[in-house]
Amino acid sequence: MNFPIEVNVTTIVARRGETILEALERNGIKVPTLCHMPGLNPTGSCRMCVVEVEGKPNLITACSYPVEEWMKIKTHSPRVVNARKTNVELLLSNHPDDCLYCERNGNCELQLFAAQLNVRERRFIGKKNKYKTDPSGSSIVRDPAKCIVCGRCVRTCDEIVGVCTLGFIGRGNQTIIGPSFNKQLNLSSCIACGQCIMACPTGALHEKRHSDHLQNALHHHKTHVVAQYSSTVAISLGEEFNLKPGREINGILNAALRKAGFDKVFDTTFGADLYLVQLAAEFEERLNEGGVLPLFSSDCPAWIKYVEQWHSEMIPHLSRCKSPQQMLGSIINRYYADTYHIKTEDLYTVSAMPCTAKKFEAQREQLTHKGISDVDAVLTTRELAQFIKLNGIELPQNDTELADYPFHVRSSAGKLMSLAGGQTEALIRTLYFRLTGKELKQPKIMAMRLNRDYKEVKIKMGKHLLGFAAINSIVTAHRVIEEIKAGRDDLHFIEVMVCPGGCINGGGQPMIKVPNALKIRQKALYELDEKDPITAAHKNPGVIGLYNDFLISPNSALARELLLTTYKKREVPL
Amino acid sequence: MSDLIDDIIERHVNIDRDGLIPLLQEIQSSQGFLSEDAIIRIGASMDLPTSKIYGVATFYDQFRFEPKGKVHFQICHGTSCHINHSIRILQELERLLKIKPGQTTRDGMFSVDATSCMGACSLSSVIKVNDTYFHDVSPADLKEIIEKYKSNPLNA
Ligand code: SF4
Ligand code: SF4
Ligand code: FES
Ligand code: FES
Repeated sequence: MNFPIEVNVTTIVARRGETILEALERNGIKVPTLCHMPGLNPTGSCRMCVVEVEGKPNLITACSYPVEEWMKIKTHSPRVVNARKTNVELLLSNHPDDCLYCERNGNCELQLFAAQLNVRERRFIGKKNKYKTDPSGSSIVRDPAKCIVCGRCVRTCDEIVGVCTLGFIGRGNQTIIGPSFNKQLNLSSCIACGQCIMACPTGALHEKRHSDHLQNALHHHKTHVVAQYSSTVAISLGEEFNLKPGREINGILNAALRKAGFDKVFDTTFGADLYLVQLAAEFEERLNEGGVLPLFSSDCPAWIKYVEQWHSEMIPHLSRCKSPQQMLGSIINRYYADTYHIKTEDLYTVSAMPCTAKKFEAQREQLTHKGISDVDAVLTTRELAQFIKLNGIELPQNDTELADYPFHVRSSAGKLMSLAGGQTEALIRTLYFRLTGKELKQPKIMAMRLNRDYKEVKIKMGKHLLGFAAINSIVTAHRVIEEIKAGRDDLHFIEVMVCPGGCINGGGQPMIKVPNALKIRQKALYELDEKDPITAAHKNPGVIGLYNDFLISPNSALARELLLTTYKKREVPL
Repeated sequence: MSDLIDDIIERHVNIDRDGLIPLLQEIQSSQGFLSEDAIIRIGASMDLPTSKIYGVATFYDQFRFEPKGKVHFQICHGTSCHINHSIRILQELERLLKIKPGQTTRDGMFSVDATSCMGACSLSSVIKVNDTYFHDVSPADLKEIIEKYKSNPLNA
């Protein structure tokens, strides 16, 4: 039911049951918020969103108060603005104030509020936060001195990701945020997804930088520096440069990276196609030889770490395939380096990913040889944008160029792996061909394109009726694992992606808030799939060539050595 | 020792979250502190993340997370003692032992807690060392008390 309410000097239409904030936002009236998280229950703890409601003696938190018919609301009266300003001033009273050195300089919400509310002097002098940064994690750095205890990371980790690593510790103004027992992140249950970074309004959480050595490597004449970048990066990086959201910028990105000094620029989507072909082969082998099923996807390192920590009994279900990043990394190190006579010690491989967990992945014990990783540095989309700007490259002004031979061709199926459900759709295309020798008549698997955290489809392939599920939430994955342990046997393949929506919403993605960015990125990828001449991984001529010239077949000893990996139970406080 | 923890948890199974605090209290009074191991086991049996349990436990002053030292100081932080500058006693003790409330010295000798009113307000400031009460304490007295206990921790 709709009804009019008075706001400032106008009347707006509110809906029964919504909060004041929702009514205001729908009508284009902006009120600052800090602890508020769309879609989650309000906590009303930060009081940034206060408004004046006639007849109420105290200011009211718009985010948690339901709108009512009789209300007359003032959103920016002097009293309200003053209250918000004082709020920000109090938050700043013990803040380190080192914006110039801060990871979030330029896109910090606290900084923005201070500017908007015209905070120009220090009115409250508190004791400065002296907490030390925790650089122990492979992906995430915590800087508690910058934490304003809004609780968004805690709620994200608990209610959105579902692992609950971060929590409140202590009470009152002594409250801090940290993992259980206030341990270092590397000893905690953190799965490195980086969603907490996306939730953090300040610089209290950020990725571990890998870009610092890169500049040196690029300018060292003996070092042969190669890049690989994920299809998700190609579809979202443009947002950092004010390009049209959803525009795929492979072409200009290739050119820009070459200008910055990379010797070769490869497309990780080639690795994704390779992964899909190997995955289909592993599936077939398990199906035919009575191996462990359902097979679990293995490209999301956060999901892998989750299984190793919470469900080590399910490790046999995990596909042994390395992720696309790591497959391409091995192939670059072994095949590309040999073919082009590059000494491994002179080779420096950099990948650009939408994901913080990929930094963790590159350093997994099982994926390094004598401590040396196949991928030397993993940059997030954000770091890549910064790197391009640092090198003075005007991204939009580049002509499009192709990625480098031999890892330049890719299918649109490989690209779909950026989306929750996309991997399953892509696998089905290749698996169908593998099991039946025929191409799927309808390669679009609409059931996998729904925006749900559990999607399922059953498809007949040859004599088998196979069940595929794509899961996009740890909590749901846990539930399905329990069902499997209790005997559920209609599923044969399960994809799990930790980040809501998939890698397009990864923890390394732009902080810049383009409205509806996720929908736009998703739509763009499906459109590419529509247009692409190659829509299945097994039809990628580059991948076919790699098997013919080098790997022989997915089951060869060489393919196994280079493309498969192992997992191990991890003991951390859960 | 660990079996004792299991026994206590066992007795509390099927409790809801409201029952968490009595469970923590019982474990603390049996073990003297809440170990990581105990919290992990509670988490496993109640299907609660350890971060939540640790969060609840650190919300209250009564819980400690390190074993007590041979000599355990409890500094009253009730209203009366507070007015009589118990905070200075605490600060001096922190300075002398180089630990904060809730902590234990590396050698396992001393530990400190701040507690609520000990019920002897007329004698404030009050501190308790192991089982012995000291009243009308001033920061200057602490050095002597520490020395005494150092040579004979159990009954100085
Ligand atoms: S990276 Fe993910 S799992 Fe780790 S603390 Fe942040 S939200 Fe939680
Ligand atoms: S869903 Fe994608 S971006 Fe998120 S943690 Fe997994 S691999 Fe990384
Ligand atoms: S945003 Fe409303 S109280 Fe924090
Ligand atoms: S306040 Fe210290 S004994 Fe009562």
